[in-house]
Amino acid sequence: MDFLSFLITGLGLGSVYAIIALGYTMVYGIAKMLNFAHGDVIMIGAYVAFFAVGKFNMPSLVAVLFSVLVCTLLGVLIERLAYKPLRDASTLSVLITAIGVSYFLQNAAQILWGSDTKIFPTMFDFGNISLFNGQLQISLLTLITILVCIVIMVVLTLFINKTKTGKAMRACSEDKATAQLMGINVDTTISITFAIGSGLAAIASVLLCSTYPAVNPTLGSMPGIKAFTAAVFGGIGSIPGAFIGGLLLGVLETLAKAYISSQMSDAIVFLVLIIVLLIKPTGLLGKKISEKV
Amino acid sequence: MTNGRLILKTENLGIEFGGLTAVKDFDIEMKANQIYGLIGPNGAGKTTIFNLLTKVYEPTHGSIYLNGKDITKESIVSVNQLGIARTFQNIRLFKDLTVLDNVKVGMHHSVRYNLLDSILKLPKYRNEEKAVREKAMSLLRLFDLEQFADVKASNLPYGKQRKLEIARALGTNPKLLLLDEPAAGMNPAETAELMETIKTVREKFSLAILLIEHDMKFVMGICERITVLNFGQVLATGTPDEIRNNPEVIAAYLGSDEE
Repeated sequence: MDFLSFLITGLGLGSVYAIIALGYTMVYGIAKMLNFAHGDVIMIGAYVAFFAVGKFNMPSLVAVLFSVLVCTLLGVLIERLAYKPLRDASTLSVLITAIGVSYFLQNAAQILWGSDTKIFPTMFDFGNISLFNGQLQISLLTLITILVCIVIMVVLTLFINKTKTGKAMRACSEDKATAQLMGINVDTTISITFAIGSGLAAIASVLLCSTYPAVNPTLGSMPGIKAFTAAVFGGIGSIPGAFIGGLLLGVLETLAKAYISSQMSDAIVFLVLIIVLLIKPTGLLGKKISEKV
Repeated sequence: MTNGRLILKTENLGIEFGGLTAVKDFDIEMKANQIYGLIGPNGAGKTTIFNLLTKVYEPTHGSIYLNGKDITKESIVSVNQLGIARTFQNIRLFKDLTVLDNVKVGMHHSVRYNLLDSILKLPKYRNEEKAVREKAMSLLRLFDLEQFADVKASNLPYGKQRKLEIARALGTNPKLLLLDEPAAGMNPAETAELMETIKTVREKFSLAILLIEHDMKFVMGICERITVLNFGQVLATGTPDEIRNNPEVIAAYLGSDEE
């Protein structure tokens, strides 16, 4: 029973990683860049939700929508101001800019809201459900987190495959120059990608902070790195890869914490990751990239 | 404007890469509905001209007019939206997308529903998607690619990939279609079939076609007018007969090619 309980907790955590990982993987797939500021968008999303509920007494769902809106705009703004001018620059310049944006957001949060940890208000209180005569207690929030993640994956997959914007994204991901020659505006497509990734980050932040209710300016770093790891683990650029990578990472982390050592859990998770990447360098669902000569 | 009835006109079009002049003083006048050939030895600058016309390259000299409108300063995307579409010498399909989706990507600009319509699955989305699918399928039918609609583009045989590129370009609704070596790598039967298809395309979509091709039988058989390029400059312009009998052209190009 314990194992089942850990597994579900792990899937809940993994779902949050998966939602964040989507932001990394989509941006990488289409803009071919690693947006290391993505984790800090989560942090901003958490603060927005925190103030929306705590200061402005918004109803929880409205607060989530508000946070999604702010993060979406923030994501598009970051792309326009920081990354778009570097569209033709080397990948290293873009990477360093992304790290710069990350620190900028963290420091801005420190100045604006202080560096002390704030307690995230209880936005959703669903209680527990018990199964097997009370032997297994599952937090309903965890189940809802998993459900939200699955819904996002399904909707996003349909979006990518069935709509013209989704097809434009796939076309840009393969060959931007040709996509442009077919009349697709690459800048708009990249903006939409950032908007979706950042909007999802806001949802992830609320789910994350509902489980671990502490808000501070570095809140996004660790989940950001883990979700990035999940994206690489699953095969960066692949949406199902982010899903599987996120879930596996969450489960691994929780099981390592429960059965091996809570201090060593992160090290164990990364060890597994390194082994997987040694065997399959492109990640679980990653595509082999053949260089054109 | 004197060039009102011309679909494409360039004046002194040219580009330099560093100190190297790739194309110099390129003038062309294409009538609407014309099939026009651009020929010349390798390295003469034919593909460079396609890249200039589609604004992949920024011209260093001269102007481009489409339907009398100066498009020299337009972006790649807007040139396409204004009506120029192209194919590529080295096939550049979206390999991971299906055959049908490749054509649909070409139709991107003409699809009218927005993000909200598609998220909410509003009737507008359904109707537009249905119309897009039907139009894309009819384009595939024209090139005998219907039965491959759901196949990944990379899994098509070479000749069919070339045809798919033309279908995708037609999806953008062009007034002027640029074909870069459409018959390259095709056998004589396929080439003959392609000639018929290109004529059909011109009639059906009433567009002008500018094509680069090395297969002389193909060029002479299909083009109403031809410009010969050599070392980045126009060597001669005329009807296929005039070109065939032009001594300069024979010396520079045809003579060495035929024997």
